Amino acid sequence: MNLPDPDAPFAEPWHAQIFALTHKLAQAGHYTWSEWAERFAAQRAASAREGSPDLDSTYYDDWLRTFEQLLVDKGLADKASLDTLKASWTEAYLETPHGKPVHLKSHHS
Amino acid sequence: MSSGHHHEDDHHHDHHHGSLTHSHLPSDPVLRVKAIETLLTQKGLVDPAALDALIDAYQNRIGPQIGAKIIALAWSDPDFRAELLRDATKVIGDMGFTGLQGEHIVAVENTDDVHNVVVCTLCSCYPWSILGIPPVWYKSEAYRSRVVIDPRGVLSEFGVDIVPEKQVRVWDSTAEIRYLVIPQRPHGAQDLSVEQLAALVTRDSMVGTGLPKTLGEAT
Repeated sequence: MNLPDPDAPFAEPWHAQIFALTHKLAQAGHYTWSEWAERFAAQRAASAREGSPDLDSTYYDDWLRTFEQLLVDKGLADKASLDTLKASWTEAYLETPHGKPVHLKSHHS
Repeated sequence: MSSGHHHEDDHHHDHHHGSLTHSHLPSDPVLRVKAIETLLTQKGLVDPAALDALIDAYQNRIGPQIGAKIIALAWSDPDFRAELLRDATKVIGDMGFTGLQGEHIVAVENTDDVHNVVVCTLCSCYPWSILGIPPVWYKSEAYRSRVVIDPRGVLSEFGVDIVPEKQVRVWDSTAEIRYLVIPQRPHGAQDLSVEQLAALVTRDSMVGTGLPKTLGEAT
């Protein structure tokens, strides 16, 4: 069973992934941590104003939204590529039998 | 299985096999994070092995036990305590625990006259390198907004009742400065070893929303 562990640092693997991605790009100098925190705080405040529930999952949804926008604003990623890759991953998951590792098909650009 | 599972065959023609055994589609955020990681890896901006190493560190090695060791040293060695209060960033850095982004750590001590409590009113700034990932309540809007307005009330909800004569100081963390509370050493603990002392230090006592275990509570 995959019951949530209240003491686990990350409730979901993707929370850990986004945490690590955000830190690694800051460490590489693509933005400062202050710049990240300022944007994240603004997103958190906006969500609270909009009445989104005060949950850990909302916290990471805000983190993801902020990070996607930061990547686009910094020229590190573009919306079209992200959308294409998301579609490719969706397809890969749907086409992979349950229990097998999921891989993207190799793309020729 | 989800109750919304459709059995009529409305699949596209190119999806001609494996329909009974295909994996469950992950949630939208999982797919978005996968897309980000794939794109950044393709561009050479991140190294998946380095990401895994960072995640492994925060899942398995970095957590409140590091902060507890620091507090135990401060409880047992007055010189260490003085240095920690003077320049926690340096003392903790010299022990090998540097922040992910070079953030500063400031140690604040609880005394008979003052109780300290830490918050990040804007988001979730926290001394990660010595306490790990913050607990859910630390990131919640409820805690962030209320602890500055009514610290005694919030502390009371955590089971920490501060006598009226004692001052409560609330420290608001930032991206640059993180705070570590040095709780008061429990009564009767003066003869314990550093390891025994560390076992009394709880995560919440280093944030100020809890107190260390008493000697009777230690297991």
